[in-house]
Amino acid sequence: MRHIISLLVENEAGALSRISGLFSARGYNIESLTVATTEDHTLSRMTIITTGSDRIIEQITKQLNKLVDVVKLQDFTEGNFIEREMMFVKVKADGESQRAEVKRLSDIFRARIIDVTDTTFCIELTGAGDKLDAYIKAMHENNIVEVVRSGSMGIMRGEKALTL
Amino acid sequence: MELSGSEIIIQFLKDEGVKHLFGYPGGAVLHIYDALQKQDDVEHILVRHEQGATHAADGYARATGKPGVCLVTSGPGATNAITGIATAYMDSIPLVVLTGQVPSHAIGSDAFQEVDAVGVSRPCVKHNFLVKDLNKLAETLKKAFYVATTGRPGPVVVDIPKDITAPHIKIPYQYPEKIELRSYNPNFKGHPRQIKRAVELILNAKRPMIYTGGGIILDNASEELRNFVRKLGYPITQTLMGLGAFPGTDPHFIGMLGMHGTYEANMAMHECDVLICIGARFDDRITGVTSKFCPYAQVIHIDIDPASISKTINADIPIVGGAKQVLVELIKQLDQTELKVDKKALDAWWKTIKSWQSQNSFAYEQKKGLIQPQAAIEELYKVTNGDAYITSDVGQHQMYAAQFYHFDEPRRWINSGGLGTMGFGLPAAMGVKLAFPDKDVACVTGEGSIQMCIQELSTCLQYDLPVKIINLNNRYLGMVRQWQEFFYEKRYSHVYMDSLPDFVKLAEAYGHVGILVENPDDLHDAMVEAFKLKDRTVFLDIITDQEANVYPMISAGKAHNEMDISPLQQKVQASLKAKGELV
Ligand SMILES: Cc1cc2nc3c(=O)[nH]c(=O)nc-3n(C[C@H](O)[C@H](O)[C@H](O)COP(=O)(O)OP(=O)(O)OC[C@H]3O[C@@H](n4cnc5c(N)ncnc54)[C@H](O)[C@@H]3O)c2cc1C
Ligand SMILES: Cc1ncc(C[n+]2csc(CCOP(=O)(O)OP(=O)(O)O)c2C)c(N)n1
Ligand SMILES: [Mg+2]
Repeated sequence: MRHIISLLVENEAGALSRISGLFSARGYNIESLTVATTEDHTLSRMTIITTGSDRIIEQITKQLNKLVDVVKLQDFTEGNFIEREMMFVKVKADGESQRAEVKRLSDIFRARIIDVTDTTFCIELTGAGDKLDAYIKAMHENNIVEVVRSGSMGIMRGEKALTL
Repeated sequence: MELSGSEIIIQFLKDEGVKHLFGYPGGAVLHIYDALQKQDDVEHILVRHEQGATHAADGYARATGKPGVCLVTSGPGATNAITGIATAYMDSIPLVVLTGQVPSHAIGSDAFQEVDAVGVSRPCVKHNFLVKDLNKLAETLKKAFYVATTGRPGPVVVDIPKDITAPHIKIPYQYPEKIELRSYNPNFKGHPRQIKRAVELILNAKRPMIYTGGGIILDNASEELRNFVRKLGYPITQTLMGLGAFPGTDPHFIGMLGMHGTYEANMAMHECDVLICIGARFDDRITGVTSKFCPYAQVIHIDIDPASISKTINADIPIVGGAKQVLVELIKQLDQTELKVDKKALDAWWKTIKSWQSQNSFAYEQKKGLIQPQAAIEELYKVTNGDAYITSDVGQHQMYAAQFYHFDEPRRWINSGGLGTMGFGLPAAMGVKLAFPDKDVACVTGEGSIQMCIQELSTCLQYDLPVKIINLNNRYLGMVRQWQEFFYEKRYSHVYMDSLPDFVKLAEAYGHVGILVENPDDLHDAMVEAFKLKDRTVFLDIITDQEANVYPMISAGKAHNEMDISPLQQKVQASLKAKGELV
């Protein structure tokens, strides 16, 4: 099953490699990993998307917790949470009809065109992973020049929070 | 007090109570060595190879319970130390390894003798640090010792760039008495409700089994374990890493379990209905195939590391906590509860176990004119009154030592279980002898293993560390040969030790005593002689039966009740069965 695990990690050099190293050394899957500092610059917030049986997920969270740099961890999957990912897509936009078609599709997906040239559009889109997948699918494959995805990040709904 | 980085390191070690430092110098640690030379509170032991330094520090740590400390240079110094660091990691041994690093400004430039020590060691340390700021040096060292020695112990590497240790840059120093890491809380206490549930299950058992491991020794919980077992009267088995925590000669102890454990311990594991595991980690050497493991048992698992629990075997009652603390609580609750041990069921259970014991699964055949390796260990046991510190290397000799030396005290049996590192034995023995100069210290080894760190014989002479080397010389990489005999139809591929050195002459060349023993009749006298020479390192080269095998054995894919027993045992078992004396 797919799990979304959120972590607070010491903002130290090497912390990221400890975490990615753990996943590769123990053969755990890693679908995406995002990381950036928080309002407290001594801490980084990380979101990891992984898949595995219940037993493996249990080991993953235990092994992550064991890392000295990991301050706090939560597996969001059981609870009520919001997951979002951001994507940039550069598409060919040559000629009136193609430009109109891309624009129409982007409106449907509430995507924003953030850069325009004579021949290309650059589009920004935020949403759950499957929405981004759907956009890419809807956009004709031949039109896509480049796709950049951030990987997912998550936050708990309501008053619950992953803080110190 | 204003000190340089190098002086801070030395002063810190003194303040931390470190007496011995195992190391090897080089460019990146020259400043530190200069500071070392100017004092004599911390004794430096110059090994002959950095692997030796880590194993010696490891042996010291296992025997004393205090952290072992090493100092090595950058690049090759650090990489040579890796095997020893990984060895300590797998067995949860507290080590602090200081590695020199190229100067901060040169890091990342492929400088001379530069290796990313933090990166290279990362998968086999509990934690590691790169010191980037002289002002954080003392605090980082304190963190290293704190992390290494608390919770589930383990090795910690501190990588120190050369500029941090420069003699002319001095800063105020104060020993950091206490340290806290917000991201690291090693103090787990067993949950009282879980402990209560465990007590109920323990007392409801009809066929109980206690299975303990290295965690008891790491937590110095032997006394509590003894009380617990004797209070219940239940049978106990211990892993290779747990031997000695509960006395090997106590009748409650039914031998080691696992691949080369006793028949009775493995049968009891298979048949038990409640398994009480304390400080052991269900390693694959003891579970065999997990699907056939303890099919009738409810499992209570007590461990300080949550990740050990339900990793390979599901725990019905998990208890995260230190072995000592949980045992104290268990004993307290056992004293208070109304429930009683089911005496009748227990008697029947012991009767079954005794019938398994009656076939003596370690029995071996004597062959005329040939020294059996088991006999050599039995002799060692007798001559040292079972009171020596025994280190070992890895192979058949290691298993014989575990089977035939009955350890009655913890920290006496010192071997590499998790990583199985050949070359561990001799340097580890040096570390033990340094800690306990008045005790007998013997290294049980094989002609293969001893050659992996034999250079340390030179260290033994320099620092007057008279250890006894018991070389069970079967002219084979015996453990590998055994597998090739059993599973590859005797196709012995590269396991024959040809062109062996003359170990007696070699020992003499290093300034020690060498004794060759070829005849079973000479074994006793040679052993006595070796231990009589109190202040000499003695190399006993014992020529043993080449084809001897370690029995019993659980092969891959087999369950505990499907052990392979020796040809001699097969006869014994048949006759016991014929008489109806074996259940
Ligand atoms: C050639 C060879 C053959 C082998 N054959 C066998 C065999 O037949 N039988 C056998 O048993 N082993 C055998 N081994 C050893 C085996 O590989 C493992 O090293 C060993 O079984 C592990 O022992 P353990 O479970 O006690 O764990 P250890 O590695 O000693 O781990 C200790 C456990 O205790 C926990 N712990 C640590 N501190 C505490 C504390 N304060 N409180 C509570 N818990 C704590 C740790 O988290 C860990 O789970 C063999 C090794 C070799 C090289
Ligand atoms: C460093 C290392 N390399 C290889 C092995 C694999 N190995 C395990 S036992 C063994 C043979 C050991 O031979 P010896 O020391 O002569 O002991 P014996 O089994 O003959 O008693 C080998 C090669 C190992 N454990 N460690
Ligand atoms: Mg051999």
